[in-house]
Amino acid sequence: MAKTIQIDGKVFPFDGTKTVLEIARENGIYIPSLCYHPRLGPASKCRVCVVEVEGMRSLQTACSLMPTDNMIVQTSTERVIEARKMVVNLLLANGNHNCLYCDMNGDCELQEVVHHLGIEHPAFIVEEKMELDDSAAFILRDPGKCIQCGRCIAGCNDQVVNEVLDFGYRGSHTAVICDSDIPMGQSTCVQCGECVQLCPVGALLEKKNLRKAFPWETRKVRTTCPYCGVGCQLELHVKGEQIIRVRGVEGAQPNLGRLCVKGRYGYDFIYSPDRLTTPLIREKDGNLREAGWDEALDLVANKFKQIISESGPDAIAGVSCARSVNEDSYNMQKLFRSVIGTNNIDHCART
Amino acid sequence: MTNSFGEFENAKIFFLIGTNMTEAHPVAAYLVKRALKKGAKLIVADPRKHDLAKKADIYAQIKVGSDVAFLNGIMNVLLTEDLYDKKFIEENCENFDELKNTVMAYPPEKAEQISGVPAGTIREIARTMAAVKPAMLCYTLGITEHTCGKNNVMSTSNLQMLLGNLGMPSAGVNPLRGQNNVQGACDMGALPGVYPGYQSVANKEIKEKFAKAWGVDNLPEKPGLMIPDMMAALPTKKVRAFYIFGENLANSEPNITHVERELGSAEFIVCNDIFHTETTRFAHVILPAAAWCEDEGTFTSSERRVNRVRKIKEAPGDAKPNWWIFKEIAKRMGHEWKSNSTREIWDNEVSVLAPAYAGIKYSRIDGGENEPMNRDGLQWPCPNQDHPGTQFLHRDGKFTRGKGLFKGIEWTPPAEVEDAEYPFVLSTGRRLFHYHTRTQTARSGLDMILPEETADISHADARELGIANGEYVRVSSRRGSVKVKARVTEQIPPGLIWMAFHFREGNANWLTNNVFDPETKTAEYKACAVKLEKIG
Repeated sequence: MAKTIQIDGKVFPFDGTKTVLEIARENGIYIPSLCYHPRLGPASKCRVCVVEVEGMRSLQTACSLMPTDNMIVQTSTERVIEARKMVVNLLLANGNHNCLYCDMNGDCELQEVVHHLGIEHPAFIVEEKMELDDSAAFILRDPGKCIQCGRCIAGCNDQVVNEVLDFGYRGSHTAVICDSDIPMGQSTCVQCGECVQLCPVGALLEKKNLRKAFPWETRKVRTTCPYCGVGCQLELHVKGEQIIRVRGVEGAQPNLGRLCVKGRYGYDFIYSPDRLTTPLIREKDGNLREAGWDEALDLVANKFKQIISESGPDAIAGVSCARSVNEDSYNMQKLFRSVIGTNNIDHCART
Repeated sequence: MTNSFGEFENAKIFFLIGTNMTEAHPVAAYLVKRALKKGAKLIVADPRKHDLAKKADIYAQIKVGSDVAFLNGIMNVLLTEDLYDKKFIEENCENFDELKNTVMAYPPEKAEQISGVPAGTIREIARTMAAVKPAMLCYTLGITEHTCGKNNVMSTSNLQMLLGNLGMPSAGVNPLRGQNNVQGACDMGALPGVYPGYQSVANKEIKEKFAKAWGVDNLPEKPGLMIPDMMAALPTKKVRAFYIFGENLANSEPNITHVERELGSAEFIVCNDIFHTETTRFAHVILPAAAWCEDEGTFTSSERRVNRVRKIKEAPGDAKPNWWIFKEIAKRMGHEWKSNSTREIWDNEVSVLAPAYAGIKYSRIDGGENEPMNRDGLQWPCPNQDHPGTQFLHRDGKFTRGKGLFKGIEWTPPAEVEDAEYPFVLSTGRRLFHYHTRTQTARSGLDMILPEETADISHADARELGIANGEYVRVSSRRGSVKVKARVTEQIPPGLIWMAFHFREGNANWLTNNVFDPETKTAEYKACAVKLEKIG
């Protein structure tokens, strides 16, 4: 007989590999959480995921609770809701959670929990201004929005193992720090942006395209990174034709959501005003002039034909591109072999 | 790569040689570091004590260009101490005696003399490798960019065959490809000797298959030229037209002065590109191309995975996809090609003509109707549409060619070694914050982090020459000279200078030596002789 757990009156079988939070979510029962992330596992820090378990006196954190046979869990008793409200109110108290202004409005896990719990006005407000850390090239840190969930720290230390972020100070002064509490731009941070991807709120934002789009205005397109040969899977968040941000695709091989600085931030080149937009032909005086496609392509084809007839096909050689798509390289070698008639086709294969 | 990135995290031991993943393949470095946290061992051989070298259980600071001697030394210990995998060799390999004869002439003491790695360390590496199985060997351009590049590569596979580290997960010989689609461009037959799928141009049956598919009577059988030979044929007019697609040869090839002389002598150069580059200065016709994000298509990664690339925007102005440009030239030369999209090219041509991709179709890597982009790419070989793709090659020691072939390999020094006039060794590569000649990264804000080239030098040399960190120095070789800022770092041993080729000013390729591996024609970017001078 399979072991079972009862959550909110419904019975589910389990195999012992998943937590109560995971079982509940897989079965459509919403338990809020802020520090838990599928890639990081249980952290038991935020205590927003507390549930009531029959036979246990205190509330349990569902993200770290392993089920036992015939366990009975209640996810939304009055006691649970009151506890969650208190936790969230305390999180709201410490900072500047101004959704109206925030880039993560609509894609914020704290906002989702506040909405779910129906907290219209925060219970406590502490007027404490916290300085933005604007020192890094691509990442903006807003400690006023930080809820100390620790996801960025787990990501930095365990996922990408760059080991820059940690908690500093104590008690109510606890804060996320870079190295020995220096500005991010002066730290050993390499701007991979793993922390930004894992942040459940707007405490870590991308400086590129700040306030250019709300999350619901973007469409998400999966593609492959144009840099090294690892082949990381990217999720582009696009508004119109503009990439607003780049995320690693969670759960996708080979990067499982992780990226490097080039993959995450190296995309603006496609929008550069330097882009070539028209065929160009060099005049006898050495200057380039604009031309239409027909003229430029006819010139190339005629020159190739002339050279083939005068010197044979091996007097033409070509180098393909190691960055462009497979189909481009395929067509180029097909042009050289089947049309021009030479195997003089190569690319920087060995470098 | 024989194996896959997904296997990194469960690896028991890594042997990394000539690869600085932290900078050139950062996400792969994360996977290595995650494995270390789970208890994996790490052996690093590299002239530079880079970030992963600092985390290594055993670090071998080998001299530039000594890889074969060093690897032979390790194999010598495996043989003399009887630590190799006899069963694997008997069942799966051939030509073992040749290997044995060669490596017996490389006792660790001799390997030490050449490589600078203490004999004791070489013994320790051999014993550690023999004790932990399987081991994952990874390399990058530190192995290939030598006049003995092919020999270096074969030495790494000798070592892995000797240890029986092939044909299983978390093992293998794993070259990490430098660019996003080097693997794919090779796979597609952008090589002078093979059609798509590594089918030889010299094979009659293969030739007939392609001739029929492409609707032509004949196809050339003679293998073509490789890049350095193409360029050398420009001044002599043996090659009169040179078509350069998306490569910035004027900055990326060794010995820029020489390269530009070759390009400048060309009768007719056509460039497809997305920007003006140092190379388009030499072009007679420049054709504006669609960039990444402006067309559908596929890239093939180091682990042989064919991944989808998707369009999110139109190309600017009149820029067109490259496949379309080639198709239009073909049309003007009397050939009508049917395929009219990347999807048609892949589904109707590539996967039909190349057996290794027969099972890969856009529909399989695109995802289902409800979640159109949820699928991972497929890894070749993937011979039919029910095949799940191949995570690792040579399963159970069954090699693609039949038996794994050992080769006895002698060490040869770099073409140019240090002397009294040029007493430093220059080695080159890529840095984290830029990519190649910066055509993309310079236009994406990365100059903010790394605004100029540096010459990385050791503390000892800096002290001796009175050079402060950040001070301008002059680095010169027999081919050129650059003024560049010194970066004094503990990564560099005395006698070595390390530079990249990201910036036109201070580009290492003003200095590098245009000599090549005789077979692969890969340039010796990793070794030449230079001198270092303090300025003012």
